[in-house]
Parts: sequence; C-alpha cells; structure tokens
Amino acid sequence: MNPHSIEIENLSLGYMDSLRAKREIFPPFSTAADKSQLIALAGRNGVGKSTFLRTLTGLQRIFTGNIYINGKASATLSRKDYADLMSFVSTETVRVMHLKVFDLVAMGRYTYTDLFGSLSVNDEKIIVDSLKMVGMSDFAWRNVSELSDGERQRAMIARALVQDTPIMILDEPTAFLDIPNKYEIILLLKNLTRTKSKTIIFATHDLNIALMLADKIWLMTNGKMYEGTPSELMQTSAFDEMLAGTKLKMENGEIKFK
Amino acid sequence: MTDNRKRTKFYFAALSLMAILLFILDIVLGSVSISIKDIFGVFFSPDKVESHISNIIINFRLPRACVALITGIALSVSGLQMQTVFRNPLADPYILGVSSGAGLGVALFLLGSSVFSIVLPAFVSKFCIASAAFTGSALTLFLVLIVSIRIRDIMTVLIFGIMFSGAATAIVGLLQYMSSESALKTFVVWTLGNLGSATFDEIRVMFALTLAGLMIVVFSIKKLNVLLLGDVYAQTVGINLKLTRTVIFISTSLLTGQVVAFCGPIGFIGIAVPHIARMLFRRADHRILIPACILSGANIMLLCDIVSQLPGSNTVLPINIVVAFVGIPVIIRIILSNKKIIN
Repeated sequence: MNPHSIEIENLSLGYMDSLRAKREIFPPFSTAADKSQLIALAGRNGVGKSTFLRTLTGLQRIFTGNIYINGKASATLSRKDYADLMSFVSTETVRVMHLKVFDLVAMGRYTYTDLFGSLSVNDEKIIVDSLKMVGMSDFAWRNVSELSDGERQRAMIARALVQDTPIMILDEPTAFLDIPNKYEIILLLKNLTRTKSKTIIFATHDLNIALMLADKIWLMTNGKMYEGTPSELMQTSAFDEMLAGTKLKMENGEIKFK
Repeated sequence: MTDNRKRTKFYFAALSLMAILLFILDIVLGSVSISIKDIFGVFFSPDKVESHISNIIINFRLPRACVALITGIALSVSGLQMQTVFRNPLADPYILGVSSGAGLGVALFLLGSSVFSIVLPAFVSKFCIASAAFTGSALTLFLVLIVSIRIRDIMTVLIFGIMFSGAATAIVGLLQYMSSESALKTFVVWTLGNLGSATFDEIRVMFALTLAGLMIVVFSIKKLNVLLLGDVYAQTVGINLKLTRTVIFISTSLLTGQVVAFCGPIGFIGIAVPHIARMLFRRADHRILIPACILSGANIMLLCDIVSQLPGSNTVLPINIVVAFVGIPVIIRIILSNKKIIN
C-alpha cells in the first residue's frame, strides 16, 4: 500500500519559553492527508494553526510526536528534500521594488536550475504554464509591488506551482481577498488536486468556503483536533466547541447568533 | 520583456564606456593637468614622457584611480548583499559592525601607542593601521557569525550588529578622550577616508581580496534572489539559511574589510549605489543587479575621487566628505520613494 502523503502521529504543538521550559499549546493528535485531497485547516486565532503549518513544513522543530512525508520521517529530511516534497505559501506579503512577476514565479524553480539560476526552455515553459493556470499570463512583466492582493496571491500560488511538488501548503491564502476572489482561489486549489493529484492543505477562517469546497476539514478547537469531511463534521459537536464561549452557533452550515 | 532587455543592454554599455572615460579622466585631472597623450605615452613609449610627469602618473594618479575603482566595486556589491539579506533598503556594508570593529582596532593602535608614547616609523605605523583595521573587522565578523548561527531571526542579528557598533564607538570615544592631540588628529583623518595612500603591493592585496569576495557573490546569486522573498520562502525552496548567511557574511567582510583597512571607513557608497543600480535597471534580479552595482560603483567612486581632488587647485578634500554629498541626496530619495510604496 502506498504511504500517506502526510502522516501525523501523536503530534503535539508547543514551544520552548525563555526559561527553556517546554510549553505545550496543543495536545497530541494523529491524522493523515492523501493524494488528490483538498484539506482546510480551521480554528480560531491563536489555537495553533500557524504553529502546526510551520511544524509541517519543517520550519519549526517537532515538539513531540512524528510526521512522515511520503513515508519518510520528517527529522531525516534536509531543506532540499522538503523543497522537493512540498511548496509553501505564507501569509507574508512580498513587497520587493522592481521585482517582476515572472522573476518571482521563477524562484520556485530553485532546486531545478543550475548554479546561477539560469532558466532552461523547459523551466520557462513551466513558468508560463503556471501563470496561465492561475490566470496571470498578462501580468508576467508587471512589478509585484503594483499588484492587487488577489493578483499577488495568484502569483504566489504560481510560484509554489512551478516548484512541482506533490504537496502544497498555504497559510490563509484567502485573507484580505474579496468574496469572489476567495472562491476563485480555493476553486483553483481544488482544481489542482483533481488535475495534478496534489495534496493541498490550506489554513482558513472562511468556514463557508471550507464546508463547500474542501474534501476534508481539520478543525482545531480548544484542546482537540477534529477531522472529517464537511458533512461528517457537521454531525459532531466540533463547530459548537469551536464557538464555545461566544454568542454564536452553527446551524445548517451557517454561523448565526444564538 | 524586450523593452526591458534593451534597457539592460543599453545601460551596461553606457556604464562600461563611462567607467573607462572616468578612469582616464581621474588620471588626467588633479592639481597638475596631464595630457591624455602623456598617459598613453607612459605605457607605450616611456622615454618620450618627462620624468616628473611619468612619476605623477605611475606613483600617484594611477594607483589612486585603481583604488577608487576597487573600493567603488567592493562597497557597492557588499551593500547590495546586505540590503538583500537584511531585507532593508538602508542596510550598508558596515551593518555587521565591520567598520566599527576596524575603527576600534585602529583607535586601539593609534591612541594606545600615544598613551604609551611609542613612536614608530611612518611605514611601520601605516602597516600596523591596516593590520589593526583588518583584525578589528575580522573579529567583529567572527562575533556576528556566532550570533547568526545561534539565532534564526535576522532582525536580532541586525540589532546585535548595531549594539556592537555602539559599544565599539563608546570605547573609541574613551580612547579619544585620553589620547594626545596628534594621535587624535591621525585617527580623525583616518575616519575621513583616503584613496591615495595605498602602494602597488597593497593594491595587489586589495585586488585579490576583492576578487575572492566577488567570486563568492557570483556563486551566491541564485540564493540572493530567493532571499529577497524572506527567510521562510528561502527555506521552503530548499536553502540552508545558516550556511548561506555565513557565506554571504564572509564575502561581505572580505570586500568591506580590505577597503576599511587600506582606505578607512568610506561611507554612503554602500547604501546609495545599489539603489542607483535599481533605479537605472528597474530589476530586482541579482544576475543583473550585481554587474550593475559593479559598474555603477566604479563610476561613482571615480567621479567622487575626481571631485575630491578639486582639479586645478592644490587642495584635496577627504573622500568621505565628497561621498556624503553624493550619497545623502540618494538616501533621501529612497526614503521618499519608499513612502510612496507604503501609502
């Protein structure tokens, strides 16, 4: 049997405080992600979504537990191994003067190009194709600093696409976007899971979109990780738990006042 | 795209041509004007040139022009590297504390020897100043490397660099306060920078160190490009951040350390030239920006050197004064144009 794209085993999240004492922020959980799955990671601010994604991408050391990526233990992977397996789109806004969209996207080819980063005909074709896929063909020679938030997000996704990895991870790709753009970006991701068999995990606060489009939701509540398809999760108390202590409740997939 | 490539080619050609012209002009102009015929005469038919003219060319003007070329290139390229690594448009080659460390070394030597009333022959003292400066900057680099290997966040490294500079400046201040007037003046003159004191042997050393530094930069081009996007993106496309940073810091200190050792802490060029290169070429790609900085840096330093000699007069201005007048308007422009981006 093929290994899961990502297998998470008794992973807890946390950090070392300034006195070098271990502080756990999320208790151990186990889950897995597979090929062609679009997974939404939801949960309230501060619950540990970003820490989870940083741990998943190897930017932060595992607190306790294990992560296996395509069957390989994450501790054995170098930065280059990670780069071959997963691409990442962070929440950071890139504002570099005079940086062309094409040059930005080309950076995703880092592990493929020679010592000086010269692009082969094949590299250029992949970049052009990716720009087309995210609907940014006409923007190739525009400056990144002149793009709107939606356009920049598409460019960043194109950059992740040219890295040509089986797994893509995105931290809040729909933040700052208007409603049509939010749907379009997530539809684009969904499309990639279908046409390219990618495993895509994205953190989000847009529950509606997650419920409508994700194959699976990872919901981090206070102290528990719920997982399941949108309809499965609706049967549980997961969302009520997430909204506990607020004046809100979940009713038929919509958030309402109690 | 084609428009961009045309622009790049045009500026590379124009800047190369200008650098050659300014290099010749730097030899021609000075307290005594020398004809272009004599300059070529010195190399091709030396017996036809008057001996005092050939002496001026070979022993004064030519070495000085070479030093201007080398320092312009070295400072501009290391300034570009630091602006990229720290993702800060106001970073310069001295941000790691290289010049403060060198200043501390020189102050310890000059002012220390005055406290103990040691008198050295001029050539020994000159050698000692260069060694003290180089040792000071190398030690600083070593400290910064230790910090940057242990600390992931580049801003913390930056703060450490600034704090170290502050501490070094304080110690230098203390030494200045305690030292004799003549030692104090020698130190102050050192801080104003001097392109004219290097001998041919020293120029060879400067050239070799610059070449070594530039080689490292050329092999880091691809990494520098990715570092523009920040540490997270750099790592997720496969960069080993600590190793990359270490290599870039070593190259910066080779390039900057030799300038400070032989010419003093020459300011502003390192901040200003990368911005001039970006303004001209309108690209962020280091494959274009590095040669652009090499050419722009050479041009601007040669120009500053010509101005500092106040052609036709017997006075020579300290290079740092001229460089400040060129650098400050550029820095003001950066701040104004950055404001445009933020709003």
